[in-house]
Amino acid sequence: MSAPATLFDKLWDRHVIRDLGEGWALLHIDRHLLHDLSGPPALLELRRKGLRVRNPELVFATPDHAMSSAPGRTGQTFPPGARLWAGLKMLAGEAGIRLFDLGQDGQGIVHVMGPELGLTLPGMTLICGDSHTCTNGALGALAFGVGQSESAHALATQTLRQRKPRRMRIRLEGTPGQGVAPKDLILHVIGQLGAAAGVEHAIEYAGAAVRAMGIEGRLTICNLSVELGAKSGMVAPDDTTFAYVQGRPFAPTSAQFDAAVADWRSLAGDDEAVFDRDVAIDVSDVAPTITWGTSPEHTMPVDGLVPDPDASADPAVRQTRRAALDYMGLEPGRKLAGARVDVVFIGSCANSRITDLRDAAALARNRHVAEGVTAWVVPGSVGVQRQAEQEGLDRVFRDAGFQWREPGCSMCVAANGEQVPPGARAVSTSNRNFVGRQGPGARTHLASPAMAVAAAVTGTIADVRKI
Amino acid sequence: MQPFTLLTGPAAPLMQANIDTDVIIRIERLTQGDPAKLGDYALEALRYRPDGTEDPDFVLNQAKFRGAPILLAGPNFGCGSSREGAVTALAALGLRCIIAESFGDIFFSNCFQNGLLPVRLPEAAVLQMAAEAQDRPEPFTVDLHRRCVVSPGGTEHGFAIHELRRTALLEGLDDIGLTLKHAGDITAWQAADRQARPWVWDTACRLQTALEVAPEAATQAA
Repeated sequence: MSAPATLFDKLWDRHVIRDLGEGWALLHIDRHLLHDLSGPPALLELRRKGLRVRNPELVFATPDHAMSSAPGRTGQTFPPGARLWAGLKMLAGEAGIRLFDLGQDGQGIVHVMGPELGLTLPGMTLICGDSHTCTNGALGALAFGVGQSESAHALATQTLRQRKPRRMRIRLEGTPGQGVAPKDLILHVIGQLGAAAGVEHAIEYAGAAVRAMGIEGRLTICNLSVELGAKSGMVAPDDTTFAYVQGRPFAPTSAQFDAAVADWRSLAGDDEAVFDRDVAIDVSDVAPTITWGTSPEHTMPVDGLVPDPDASADPAVRQTRRAALDYMGLEPGRKLAGARVDVVFIGSCANSRITDLRDAAALARNRHVAEGVTAWVVPGSVGVQRQAEQEGLDRVFRDAGFQWREPGCSMCVAANGEQVPPGARAVSTSNRNFVGRQGPGARTHLASPAMAVAAAVTGTIADVRKI
Repeated sequence: MQPFTLLTGPAAPLMQANIDTDVIIRIERLTQGDPAKLGDYALEALRYRPDGTEDPDFVLNQAKFRGAPILLAGPNFGCGSSREGAVTALAALGLRCIIAESFGDIFFSNCFQNGLLPVRLPEAAVLQMAAEAQDRPEPFTVDLHRRCVVSPGGTEHGFAIHELRRTALLEGLDDIGLTLKHAGDITAWQAADRQARPWVWDTACRLQTALEVAPEAATQAA
């Protein structure tokens, strides 16, 4: 009998083509997603080297990063993105790679598109030239981001040379309170463990709160794994996963679906399997959580006080926190709730799926965006956009004074001309509050979709439980 | 790729934790900037003041460290976005080696693809070298053959590196070329996998019929 294995061990072992020694392996890559920013340079690198794409049937492309999200946009609405858009289309077409273009069924933010179309399935290895590829692990896949060179390597060989990361488990136990979303839980976890807690680890999320969570919530949790420094994040596939996958365009059907499910059921970690690091967090008392600084680990309960940098014994931490408060224009020891907000952004691969928009719309209904606040809703995909419009959510948002926009990365990555102005304060459902991430001088507070609506309608950072 | 063998020069200490790739290079510099100015854009949020002038307090702007080929960095250096431009921008700035307790995982891999050596050493060693870098005028030496960093005071810090990585850097080899030698293994693995997991391979377009099902599935899952 083989030694007890974790979900991650099983995913890894099943994809080893060749052991390269010292913990390294040549891994097969089952799915490779390309977008307009990292796709064209990787494909061009291949061409420069005189190589072809080995398995174009396992590679899928969509434009999302440098595309405008303005209503009625085309690939040329944001001129600097036009070249990338045209390049992706041309190079993908030449290589025989399926591309989901703007306005077509399937187009969207890569990590919304993968699960939605059933391109991401349990038991797969999946990569993309994008650090939030870890999102896809929510379906029980080994998914991680790569740079352009590794992307080119995978295009040419359908493999990657990888060092096996260590295993970490984070168990979320208990039942979250009212007004507390998966986003709050993962922000709380990053605040508790730190932005480097997962470095060189693959994280499995487990525990009662994760089991009770729908797939879209799990996608949000796994999305922020890279903000813990982890290589990837994953959840063992279960009946919730199989129900989500069934019927998706690229999911297996009938007898093959049954065979796949039988295979996927064997992926869950063995009871006796050992993790290099195992953490349990009780989420019952977690409050709606928001970031105050310039690292995703700078989190606080929305009803708390901005932390005092001098409370830390470490001079380097004190300096970093002081710089963060200075950049954010905040005073230690004060309430964060009540701070005036200029921009609200609901979107990104963290929180732009249909359940996110339903949560947001439920709170926006019969309310109105406060004066002086620019508030956007950017659905994650054409599929999400159509579903939301069918449910009338777009009207709810428009009536409340939000802009209802076209699918893409938009203001999260700010590579598309859509930025938070310098010095402006934004509440954003995205995943990074780095200095300048949403534009030079932008002051980003990360939060859940409901918290973003609370900020939009009050014009301040506000506790969603009190709206 | 430019080979990496022996490197001698000053090491600039930038010990702040969690320096992310957005700070290393802004995304629109990669999409809209002038590729010839990549080195000017590197770390610009730290190097320049809001009015565009150099911040004289920033370590790489100090005479002693300007153009240093080695960076001593805080933990989790290069966390965040996967943009490989973060590595090429630092290389354009003249860096060939970064020493830290830990790195952002994708950044770490990207370094090897561009002939830049990332060295992981314990926190105490990095802090000690950062202090020496400030106090002493002599250069550091990074010796990839011997897998060690020698500080100005003569202390040797050995580091671990996978033999394949080391050979590739020493000889300036390309990973794709190395992997293509295993093409036979890949073909055999794929042939077996097509039998074992046909659903991975059957990617013929079912989109038209299935899209009518998908929104329903989304509703159920929610």
